[in-house]
Amino acid sequence: MLEIDGITKKFGDISAVDEVSLQITPGQMVGVIGRSGAGKSTLLRLINRLIDPTQGRIAFCGRDVTRLRGRELRLWRASCGMIFQQFNLVERMDVLTNVLIGRVAHQGLLPSMALHFSEADRAGAIRALDRVDLVPQALQRAGSLSGGQQQRVAIAKALVQNPKILLADEPIASLDPANATRVMDALKAINREDGITVLVNLHTLDTARSYCDRIVAMRAGRVHFDGAAHELTEARVREIYGEAGLEADIDEFVTSTAIPAPRKHAALETEAA
Amino acid sequence: MAAIEASPAIRRFEFDYAQARTRARRVQIVSILVFAIVFFVTARMGGFFDMTDVTLASGERVSTWKIWAGLPRLGEYLGKTLPVLRWESLGADLAEWFWRWQTWLRLLLETVLIAYMATLFGVVGAFVLSFPASRNLSPNRLVLNLTRRYLEIIRTVPELVWALIFVFCFGVGPLAGVLAIGLHATGSLGKLYSEANENVDMRPVEGVKAAGGSWFQQIRYGIVPQVIPNIISYTLLRFEINVRASSIIGFVGAGGLGQEIRTAMSLQEYTDLSALFVIIFATVILIDFLSEKLRHRIIGITGKGV
Repeated sequence: MLEIDGITKKFGDISAVDEVSLQITPGQMVGVIGRSGAGKSTLLRLINRLIDPTQGRIAFCGRDVTRLRGRELRLWRASCGMIFQQFNLVERMDVLTNVLIGRVAHQGLLPSMALHFSEADRAGAIRALDRVDLVPQALQRAGSLSGGQQQRVAIAKALVQNPKILLADEPIASLDPANATRVMDALKAINREDGITVLVNLHTLDTARSYCDRIVAMRAGRVHFDGAAHELTEARVREIYGEAGLEADIDEFVTSTAIPAPRKHAALETEAA
Repeated sequence: MAAIEASPAIRRFEFDYAQARTRARRVQIVSILVFAIVFFVTARMGGFFDMTDVTLASGERVSTWKIWAGLPRLGEYLGKTLPVLRWESLGADLAEWFWRWQTWLRLLLETVLIAYMATLFGVVGAFVLSFPASRNLSPNRLVLNLTRRYLEIIRTVPELVWALIFVFCFGVGPLAGVLAIGLHATGSLGKLYSEANENVDMRPVEGVKAAGGSWFQQIRYGIVPQVIPNIISYTLLRFEINVRASSIIGFVGAGGLGQEIRTAMSLQEYTDLSALFVIIFATVILIDFLSEKLRHRIIGITGKGV
């Protein structure tokens, strides 16, 4: 159980995340949506302590993780696999080493300076690469791979961390629809097969609807909606994204990066007619 | 044009554009003026407009511009350093020009070795210090400022001054030269390396941090692979600079060819000077050529990641 209790992060006078409280049960797949600058990204970074909160508390299985320091903190970060919009791989290193970076928290100082990993770590990394179908590319430079492949390398890296939670910060925002689908399917599979809690920031509503059990919407640093996908009505969506002067309805198909199902095509054609 | 009615937004833009242009032109004129004034003031202080008295062939003394009067003396000095080379006795003339070639070659080797050792010390020191001296990587402001000031101090003091100090401490010989050039190189390379560190893409660093990497691991995996090509080019360039520096520091007894240059100058052995210059020139060209080959090779290899 991940308990977020009144967490606040201020940058200067602006509260990027403002008194957010959430309870996330193990094995949930939670989609976090909201406008740019709503604090989605900051929220994820607060959970794995890439940034420290100004106020509030985050506890995992009853253990306060906002107080951790040093080695304890690094192990906590390792137990939250993080996937970034821009993949954040070391482009000049090969794919295998990039996956092995997921093991750094368990690696000594001298072995890490020599880029030395144990045989068990290497075997684990190859198994993780096999899950995302990238074993043939294991010795290629990470920077030479396509965006979708790089994101799958990042997923393999998160997997070898043996994470308890997976945090994905706009994982498909830089990908084309086919690759976006593959990456979201991979996240869903990890959630289903390994029972790992997944928190994913998304800016496409339909992706959130079709992949997530639960949707949390943020606006100006606060939680504006928290519930199942079907509870997210059009009026609520307009509240979340709504902007004065924007009268038109928000059309989910405009921003969608999913490959449209035939049913949707039919719907669009009828509308056009 | 007139037929089309300009929208208020366009008229507003035209007004703003004209204003922006006027401002830009004013800045341009002021900066040119400031530059010109500074140039003339510094030239005046540097003695560029000084006059001097010269005696003409007729015995009459006139006042002329110092630079104009002094230029022929430069030719005279350079002329004196030219050796006498005749086609019919070329071998003998060359042998006379490079008459001390055995000593010079030994000292040339010493010069290059001083530069090599000094570069090695410089690279190790600068590499270690460049990370705490980078604004984006330093653990805290105190460490950042301490390492930066240290690097500044050791590179502000010229090699020749360090050499004087080390000759005083450790006596005459190449040891003092290695330490002097190594210290100065640490300061210069540390600055260049830390600038390379500040220009890296920080995303991989964040990626390593999110996986639970310590500060050292973030640097090893996130930074080092990105800066290796820069480090190699700066280091090879520094090696060339160090060869030139180590051929001078012999002036104060810190080893290398410099002591011969000093002797030749004080004994007014002008042709020895040109011979020594030719030797250093050839060495620098050779090192330049080899380092460029090496750099391309290594960058090709590190393409796979270090």
